[in-house]
Order: sequence, then structure tokens, then C-alpha cells
Amino acid sequence: MLLIECPWCGKRHETEFRYGGEAHIARPEKPEDLSDSEWANFLFMRTNTKGVFAERWYHANGCRQWFNALRHTVSHEFIGVYKMGEKPPVSVQGSEDR
Amino acid sequence: MTKYSIFSIARNAFSHHKNWPRQWRSPEPQKEYDVIIVGGGGHGLATAYYLAKEHGITNIAVLEKGWLGGGNTARNTTIVRSNYLWDESAAIYEKSLQLWEGLSQDINYNVMLSQRGVMNLAHSLGDVREGVRRVNANRLNGVDAEWLDTDGVKEFCPIINVSKDARHPVLGATLQRRGGVARHDSVAWGYARAADMRGVDIIQNCEVTGITRDGGKVTGVETTRGFIGAKKVGLVAAGHSSVLASMADVRLPIDSHPLQALVSEPIKPVIDCVVMSGAVHVYVSQSDKGELVMGAGIDSFNSYGQRGSFHVIEHQLGACLELFPIFSRVRMMRSWGGIVDTCPDASPLVTKTPVEGLYVNAGWGTGGFKATPASGWCFAHTLARDEPHPLNAPFNLDRFTTGALIDEHGAAGVAH
Repeated sequence: MLLIECPWCGKRHETEFRYGGEAHIARPEKPEDLSDSEWANFLFMRTNTKGVFAERWYHANGCRQWFNALRHTVSHEFIGVYKMGEKPPVSVQGSEDR
Repeated sequence: MTKYSIFSIARNAFSHHKNWPRQWRSPEPQKEYDVIIVGGGGHGLATAYYLAKEHGITNIAVLEKGWLGGGNTARNTTIVRSNYLWDESAAIYEKSLQLWEGLSQDINYNVMLSQRGVMNLAHSLGDVREGVRRVNANRLNGVDAEWLDTDGVKEFCPIINVSKDARHPVLGATLQRRGGVARHDSVAWGYARAADMRGVDIIQNCEVTGITRDGGKVTGVETTRGFIGAKKVGLVAAGHSSVLASMADVRLPIDSHPLQALVSEPIKPVIDCVVMSGAVHVYVSQSDKGELVMGAGIDSFNSYGQRGSFHVIEHQLGACLELFPIFSRVRMMRSWGGIVDTCPDASPLVTKTPVEGLYVNAGWGTGGFKATPASGWCFAHTLARDEPHPLNAPFNLDRFTTGALIDEHGAAGVAH
């Protein structure tokens, strides 16, 4: 079971949270101008990083706030959490096998 | 190579079974191959076998970073069935079931297919309607399917709690009698042996670290054992598909998640079929050793760690006891996780890619074991002819651009 640090509530058990998948997938500025393949890239294609991964969590059974986290997808270790709209605290997004 | 038969058993009895030949070679990699398959699980080995058998291509290497069938092939719950809803899925899974039915003879290796019947339970009016619809859809596609009412469920599997007072009462079930289980290790080993006999090089402990290209065309792979040239490269790496595809700058619509399963201590035969329930979220069968084999849904978060969280197991055991109160004092022996490659529409990718000479067989998600023979068969066709077989043509990458998704969440969701 993961122990997740909500930026507002502190450390809580994983069962209080919902997972939101990959973070920082920006909604297109001008959706009407997008080609089909650009839509496919936005909607479906994922980085699926092996290593430190920026992802979203939702504290559903708590403060009901969304936030971002950096977590290693092999060790499951949380490197940091940060609020929606903020940049990752460490610029480590990328696949670094461990 | 010895053909396995009752005579070979008798012959080897004279030497006290100490002189059986090795089942496959451990060759050094050559400099170049016609086809390299990355991933030595069931699907990769099946691909190599059917390339050799159906298409006469034998200059093949299967590269495996660990040992054969040590990933999801060894971690699934061994269920085999073909009762999928949509035409595209029914066609490829039914092809698979037909290959299963002749597989032990075909590869001269007992895969211990046991067609004991697979039951998918319905617990609500919505489930009942969906189940009946699926039975009708299956029949139209030539897949055997029956609808059982509550009494029929009780008769087919007497230990299920069908009380009306249950939190999730059993209102009926779909039944595919030709479904069942097979021995997963045998599938990997059998395909490996059969492919090796036809000249395929199976190279273990050889991890692919890069995919080399020249002018947008694949020229080979960098590995922990050096560069190996190839005209065509097929990626069959399940949970690690995105990692490999990114080496060739190909993005896939895949997220990797842990999927956990567990077994109980061995008990006497008590359940002679496979029972699945999407609504209460568990599936159960009993192995030949007597262990109850159980599984359910994926852990929510992305992972490559081959383990998941305990609350997921707790949840599925709660569901199991709801259906089978008789198991309340059975002890669980061990649990494990595999990394499954899930697609947004719960359907696989067996396809060419934008990179010439690079092919991907992935996205089987939570239910790839049953598809092993047809997956290999179709992927071999795609690799050999450079175009998909009609059976796997719908399972391409373009469907995420065109919108022609094959939404199998209903048939694939929890039921594996």
C-alpha cells in the first residue's frame, strides 16, 4: 500500500486517493484546429515512463483536491508532491531505470 | 530432437529418465537475422513458431532479457475462453481457442488444456441484459455460449452462494463450455521447443537497449550482448512495450499497471469450472495441485514494479467470500504481480508501426494468455507479409486516430 502525501492533508493511505494518470497533458489551445492525429496524441498516446513519472492524484476521501506527484514507477518511491498548475519540483521527468 | 510420445517415455525409462535431451539450445547470437522477436514470453515464442511453421522463415532470434516465460506468461491465472462481445474480438479469440484445441498435438507438448467451462456471473438486471446480449452476440459469431439462470448456476457450480439475501445475488450467468484453463509454463516451453526444432535461436539473458535505424528503416537492435542486425523487429514485450517503442520514437496508447493474482493452500477438488464475476470483482478456478487460483482488477497506478497494493487483494478476497462462503477459512499461500499493458479500449495492438521494419504486438492488458496462439499466428503473418491478416487488421494503431475503437471493457474488464 502506498503512503501518499497530500499537499493539504499530509500523509494518508492510498485507499483515500484516486489515480489520475500522467500529469501535464495540456488541453489544446485551439481544439478546432487540431488534426485527427493530434487529437489521438492528446487523448490516447501516453509516455508510460519507466522511472520518475509525473502523475496526478485526487484526494477523494479527504480534502477532494487534485495534485501532482513525482513517483518512481519501479520502486514506487514518491520524490515529491506539488499543486496543480505548478512545475515539477525536480526536473527529472524521463526514463531512468533503477 | 526427440519426439515426445509414450515410446520415448518407455525408452527413457531404461535410463531412469536421466538422459532426456535438453528441450532447446542456448545458442550464441549470430550477427544478423531476418527477424528478431523482442520478448520470450508465450506471445513472442508463438510468433517465432508460426513464422517458422506457416511462413518458412527460420532465420529468427527471440531475445529475452530474463528467462523464458518468466514474465506475465508465468503470472497469469491461465484462463482460456473466447466469449468476447464485438465481432473483431470474437474472431481473433475464437481463432485462438481453435488453435488451443489442437495445440498439444501441433507442438508435441502437453499444454494441459482443460475445457472445464467458464461462467461469468450476473448480479443485477443490467448484468443480466448485458450477459444475454453477449450470449446472443457470441452465437452469431459461432462462439459457443449459453445463458444459465440461478438454478443453472447452482447446478453447474454447487458451492456458489445463490441466496437471495446476498449483497450481490446471483441472477444468472453466461457459460462457455469450451472455455477453461491451460498450463501456462507448458505453453512457453512447448512453443520454445517447437520453434527451436525449426531452427529458431532463443537467446535468454539478452536485454534490448536500443533499436537502430537508417533512414527511418530498422537495421537491428543494440543489446546487452552487443549489436544484432535484423531486417524486421517485432516487439512482444507486454508491460515494457512503451519502453521499447520509445527507443524507436514510437508512442503507444498504453499504460503499464500491476495486476495481482494469488493462490490458496492446496485443498481437495471443490470447484471444477472457472467462475468470474465482473460486478463483485473476482475470478476463481482450482489448479491441478488443488490451489484456488484467484485474481481481479489492476492496481490503479502506473508501475513497472511487478507488485501491487494489499488493499486490492483484500477487495478481491472480500468478493470471493461473498460468492463462496465455504472458502472463509482457507489460507492464502502467496500473491504476486505482473505488469500489464492496458490500452484505452481494452483491445490489443497487433500492428505495423510508422517505422519501416518495426512491428508491435502489445496492449493485451489483463487478458493476453488466452490469446497466445492467435496472437503469435496473426503477428507472424504480419511480420512475414508486411501486412496484417484480416483477423488482426482491426487491431492497428490507426484506430486511435480514426476513432474505430474496439471497446471490450465489458468482456475484458475484470474477466481475464
